[in-house]
Amino acid sequence: MIELIDTYWLFFLVGQYPNGPLGGLSLTLILASLGLVLALPLGLLLGIARVSPFAALRWPVTAVIFVVRGTPLLMVVFWAYFSLPVLTGHKTDQFTTMLVALVVFDAVYLAEIVRAGIKSLPAGQMECARSLGLSWLGAMRLVVLPQALRHMLPSLVNQFVSTIKETSLGYIIGLTEVSFIAAQINTQVFTMPMQVYLILGLTYFTLCFGLSRFAYWLDRRFNRGASIRVAA
Amino acid sequence: MIEIEKVNKWFGSYHALVDISESVGKGEVVVVCGPSGSGKSTLIRTLNRLEPIRSGRILIDCHDIHRPGLDINAFRSRIGFVFQQFNLFPHLDVLGNCTLAPIRLRGLKPAEARERALALLDRVGLVHKAHAYPAELSGGQQQRVAIARALAMQPPLMLFDEPTSALDPEMVGEVLAVMRDLARDGMTMVCVTHEMGFAREVADRVIFMDEGRVLERATPDAFFNSPQHPRAQQFLSDIRSPFAGAPG
Repeated sequence: MIELIDTYWLFFLVGQYPNGPLGGLSLTLILASLGLVLALPLGLLLGIARVSPFAALRWPVTAVIFVVRGTPLLMVVFWAYFSLPVLTGHKTDQFTTMLVALVVFDAVYLAEIVRAGIKSLPAGQMECARSLGLSWLGAMRLVVLPQALRHMLPSLVNQFVSTIKETSLGYIIGLTEVSFIAAQINTQVFTMPMQVYLILGLTYFTLCFGLSRFAYWLDRRFNRGASIRVAA
Repeated sequence: MIEIEKVNKWFGSYHALVDISESVGKGEVVVVCGPSGSGKSTLIRTLNRLEPIRSGRILIDCHDIHRPGLDINAFRSRIGFVFQQFNLFPHLDVLGNCTLAPIRLRGLKPAEARERALALLDRVGLVHKAHAYPAELSGGQQQRVAIARALAMQPPLMLFDEPTSALDPEMVGEVLAVMRDLARDGMTMVCVTHEMGFAREVADRVIFMDEGRVLERATPDAFFNSPQHPRAQQFLSDIRSPFAGAPG
C-alpha cells in the first residue's frame, strides 16, 4: 500500500500535469469549488423567483425546478454532454460540460433550500418591511434574506457536500477527475483494487467531513454571536 | 384625511367587508372595535393595501390607494403601521430597526437617522435599549420600539392593528401610554383595539363592527353609555363581565 501511494501520489493529485491536462484531486477540487461558487448565486436567484409575487417569473422557474429535480444527475450530465455542443455550436470540453451539469443540477436544489428558508420566516417580516415602504425586492434583500440565510446554513452545507461527491460522475464523460484517475491507477496496478478504492473513498470522506466540520464551526460562531447578544 | 367609500372585500366566498363607508379627519383618533372575525383587522389592513379590495375606493389625502399603477411604496412610507405581533427585525438591533427605512427610503445620512431614532426612542422611554436586539426586549418594549420605528418615517397617519393584544397584561399600559401621548400631539390615528379604557379616554369616535359591517359609529361617551345596536350592547356587556354569559 505504501508502495502504491509512493508510486502514484502525484498522478492521483494532479493527473498528467504538467505533461498533460490538470486532473486528479486538484481537478476535483477546482470543479467542486467552481460548482459551488456558481450554483449558489444561481440557486439564490431561482429560489427568490420561486417565491416572487410575479407569476410570469414564478411559473417558468417552478417548471424548470420540477423537471431537473425529477431527473437523475447522470441524465443531466448526458444531456449537457450531447446538447451543449449543439446549442453553442462549439465543441465543449469535458470540464465545462460537467461544470454546467453540476451548476444546473445543484442550483435547482439550492433554490428549494432558499425557498424553504424564506418560507420558514413569519410572513409578518415581509409584511412589516413592505408597510414601511420598502419594495418587495428591497424587503427581500434587507429583511428576509439576511435572516433566512442563517437558517439555511445546515442545508446549504449538506448540498455542498453532495456537490463534492457528484463531481465523481465526471468519470462517465471521461473527465480526468480523481475517480477517473483512481480507475486508471487501478488498471495499471491491477492487483490492488481494494486499496486503490479505499484511498479514493478516504479522500472523498476527508473532503466532505472537513467541509461539514467547517460549517459546524461556522454555525456555532453564528449562534455564539446570538447568545452573547441575548446575554448582553 | 381618509375617505372609505363603499368598500367590499371577499375571502373566497366569505364576504369580509360589506359596503364600508367611513371617513377620518386630520388629527382624529378613531377606535375600531368588535368581536373577533368582525373584519376590523381586515379593514385597517386595506388602508395601506396590505389587503386588496374587491370594490369601492379608499382615498388617503385624496389619492386612491388601491388604484393600479400607484406608487404604493411611496404611500406606505407615509402611513405608519403597528402590528399585533410587533414584527421587529430580529437580525437588527433597536437602532437598526428604527433607521433602516429612513436611510433606505428617505435618503437620510446614517448619523441623521440615528439622531432621529434616538429622539423617538427617548420619547417611548427606550433610549437605553438602543443597542439591544429584539430578542432581549419584553413584548411591551418591542411594541414601543415598533411604534418608534413607524414614527421614524414621520408619517402623518398611524394605523394600529390590535397593538396590545399579544402583550402580557402588565405591559399593556406602557404601550397605551405611548399611544395616548401620540394622540395628544395631534397624530391622526386609527386603532383596532379591545382596550375600552383607551377608547373612552383618547378616541374622538368609536366604530363598532360585526360580520364585515359597521353597525354603530358614535362618540366614546355615547357608545359606552348608551349603545344603540343590540349587537353592540351584547358586545359591551360581554367584555365587561366575560363570565356572565358562560354556561354553568
